[in-house]
Amino acid sequence: MISWRLLIAAAGILVVCGSAPGQKPDRSAPPPPGPLPELHLPAVQHATLSGGIPVVLLEKHNLPLVQIEVAVKGGVAEDPPGKAGVASLTATMMQEGAGGRDALAFADAVDFLGATLTAYAGWHTSGASLHTVSAHLDSGLVLLRDMVLSPRFPEEELGRKRTELLTSIAQWHDDPSAIASVLFHVTVFGPDHPYGRPTTGMESSIRAITTADLRSFHDSWFQPGNATILVVGDIRMDDILPKLERLFSGWAPGKVAPRVPYPAPHRRPTAIYLVDKPGAAQSEIMAGSIGIERKSPDYFAVQVMNDILGGSFTSRLNQDLRETHGYTYGASSSFEARLSPGPFVVRTAVQTAVTAPALAALLLELRAIRDPVTPDELSRAENYLTLRYPQNFQSVDGITSRLSELVTYGLPDDYFNLYADRIRSVGGENVRAAAMRCVVPDSLTIVIVGDRSLIESGLDSLHLAPIHILSVDEVLGPVPKTGRDD
Amino acid sequence: MKRRACRFLRLLTVAAVLAASPLSLRAQLSMPCRMFDLPNGLHVILHEDHTVPVIGVNLWYHVGSARERAGRTGLAHLFEHLMFEGSGHVPLGRFDEWLEAAGGDNNASTSVDRTNYFESAPSNALDLTLFLESDRMAFLVDSMTPAKVDIQRDVVKNERRETYENQPYGEAWLLLDENLFPPGHPYHSPVIGSMDDLTAATYDDVVGFFRRYYIPSNASLVIAGDINPEEARKAVTRWFSDVPAGPPVQPLNAPLPRLTSERRLVAEDRVQLPRLYMAWATPAQFAPGNAELNVLSLILAGGKNSRLYRRLVYDLRIAQDVTAFQEENELSSKFYIVATAREGHTLGELERIIDAELGNLSGILPDRREIARAVNTIQASFVDRMERMYDRADQLNAYFTATGNPDYFAEDLGRYGKLDPDGISAAAKKYLDPAVRVVLSVVPAGRKDLAAEPPEGGK
Repeated sequence: MISWRLLIAAAGILVVCGSAPGQKPDRSAPPPPGPLPELHLPAVQHATLSGGIPVVLLEKHNLPLVQIEVAVKGGVAEDPPGKAGVASLTATMMQEGAGGRDALAFADAVDFLGATLTAYAGWHTSGASLHTVSAHLDSGLVLLRDMVLSPRFPEEELGRKRTELLTSIAQWHDDPSAIASVLFHVTVFGPDHPYGRPTTGMESSIRAITTADLRSFHDSWFQPGNATILVVGDIRMDDILPKLERLFSGWAPGKVAPRVPYPAPHRRPTAIYLVDKPGAAQSEIMAGSIGIERKSPDYFAVQVMNDILGGSFTSRLNQDLRETHGYTYGASSSFEARLSPGPFVVRTAVQTAVTAPALAALLLELRAIRDPVTPDELSRAENYLTLRYPQNFQSVDGITSRLSELVTYGLPDDYFNLYADRIRSVGGENVRAAAMRCVVPDSLTIVIVGDRSLIESGLDSLHLAPIHILSVDEVLGPVPKTGRDD
Repeated sequence: MKRRACRFLRLLTVAAVLAASPLSLRAQLSMPCRMFDLPNGLHVILHEDHTVPVIGVNLWYHVGSARERAGRTGLAHLFEHLMFEGSGHVPLGRFDEWLEAAGGDNNASTSVDRTNYFESAPSNALDLTLFLESDRMAFLVDSMTPAKVDIQRDVVKNERRETYENQPYGEAWLLLDENLFPPGHPYHSPVIGSMDDLTAATYDDVVGFFRRYYIPSNASLVIAGDINPEEARKAVTRWFSDVPAGPPVQPLNAPLPRLTSERRLVAEDRVQLPRLYMAWATPAQFAPGNAELNVLSLILAGGKNSRLYRRLVYDLRIAQDVTAFQEENELSSKFYIVATAREGHTLGELERIIDAELGNLSGILPDRREIARAVNTIQASFVDRMERMYDRADQLNAYFTATGNPDYFAEDLGRYGKLDPDGISAAAKKYLDPAVRVVLSVVPAGRKDLAAEPPEGGK
């Protein structure tokens, strides 16, 4: 019997191999997809530490990895007046020594685990994140606790970091994309709005920040009543809770600071800002305006609309500027939906000689997206956004980002499962309505960083809008001078 | 790269490296595969993981810029772009449209040794990905036209501008490639190619390149993720069965000319701060010395306590940054040390400290903690690369191509478990030899006084 089965099995293989060359596949049309596979995510689990800190967990057991993030409300938007950069520098300095360890000892302890332990400052949240192989979780958690609860903010390390930051600002002067980004955001949002400033601050504010400012920011926002702990990976709630309970039970509550108000920005009439970069091989272009907030009723319609405009490889902007004309290596658009309306921006870098026709083509697409999109484009965008969504859940880092989105914007636990329905129920009418509201051709800030002598006359001849000429120093300030002990 | 990705592509091309680890971790990282060959020579590797309903489809063609002839540098990469412009049964533009409509993403990259094409897609789109990949493997030239070549030539020239010419310090990488390997070496020309050669490339070059190198026996296909291996085997067999076999590609066996002395170069750029580059040709991937040099890159510049960071950035504060890394390849790897001077400091100052620290590796052997830091970091980065199916599929293909075994994780880990301080120190002495390296100073225009000194200290 055994030999028979072996023989049959062997014959089966021979049949497959032997007949394969004769079987021509049907290439007359792309093969249709099989039945849609379902994303079976484990449930989002909730618990609360005795001190009141919520814990949110999603399990993933295919690899021995865990990511744990302590997130607090309060971020770059909470930088005090004149001290832009405090939130960001607080996060940087939380990594420069904590608990019983100075900066070098702390880095040695983290690196010895092969772990990644970082603090961050987002626009409206801050936090610290540990990413480690499971075997080093316990040692990593102690370091995470120290970073969150007892950073040392040593004066000497602040001097080092200040010099590094000022040197980075000096290096922005070399980088067309950095120059364009600084000018675009300050023009769209204004210098008094947090979204109008680089998150790191600029020279004057960086020089003004003291260790007292960092302590004050940390004391104000890193509060147990302000925090959520996110846990993702090869771990169960029953295992992680006692560890977190033990480590964070000493986190004493204080007064949670109120959020700092800031002015609402206003749309401006279209204008071009040309920053001269003699000898540049390409022109860096950013064009856009104020976009939408995360809770906007247009949020899902904007996802679909932006996908068609510039959110994917087959989007109109990339197809036209790259695949049809060869002006660029790529063109894209994005809407950053934050607690307040964030930027809408189209970005590309084009060969210097075609700057004017490339800009004209770009603007044509911004007008065209306000017309009805085709059913084919609509269904492709819906499919791309919804069918690709499960890819976000392949990594502990990707899942943590999604959980963080739930917490930051107060989304329901079943949001991951609702996402596809929300996208598919948008429809063409709402896409058009969103484009009419969010893509306004006579209210665009257009920033171009390139070689003025070669591109200005072409831009003039487009007769689009007034052209303001700036130098790099007018955008970034003079190159900061740094000594050893800045 | 077909499309914009991380600006620091070079760092991504450094093959994943592994580390000594507890046996339990090694066991968890075993990635069992099923393999078979089609009659036309295509090698197929299947790997199952059902955590998320996603597949990574990854096709390596064993051809990169090393196969280019003089006057046609950049052709392998230009060709990569043309693989997305339609084929016999896929009209122009539909490759991306059909895949995006199915929820898939795709990209490709070209190195000196190989060109890889990959899709990340929902698992129900397996047939579509195989249809698209097999169609361009079998029928690319049916729809190739000179106009398509012209458009992608312009796109690639803009990729070169964006990645190198308009990037601060970007052209340094082109200079390093051209000087680290002498003329005649397959790695002498940068992968992106020269503007003149890109202009000169013709439709006939493209077709000839395809017929010679894009044949099934010169390729390997990995499908990783949410698959039923038996069904995947049938699907691959069906879609690739009509791809014609071709004459086998012979291995590269030209003599490899070597650098025989130190080369010192100075280039001016539109930058604020001078930057020093050191480059060495080092042993090929998996050759003796390769693992030692991967660990050395971290001992030198991985984290605050690494030897070069600690001296240059932390203690002396004369550098803004320092990195050390190895790009691993089949014929020879490349080891780089790169450091940017702070305002008021010269590259000569940086070079003297770097040389002193390289020399110190013989006197002050790496201690156990330095080695453990490096090996643990390498091991963790390796686990991270296993998370996404498209990364995992690429690693399986890389291992298969280099060793014949896609599930080579345990062996690779084993290399790092055997390292000792003496061996690491000896590798530094042998391979990071100042007498056979390239030293490039990139300085702000008009500031050659900031460059590392020419040999003999004179000017």
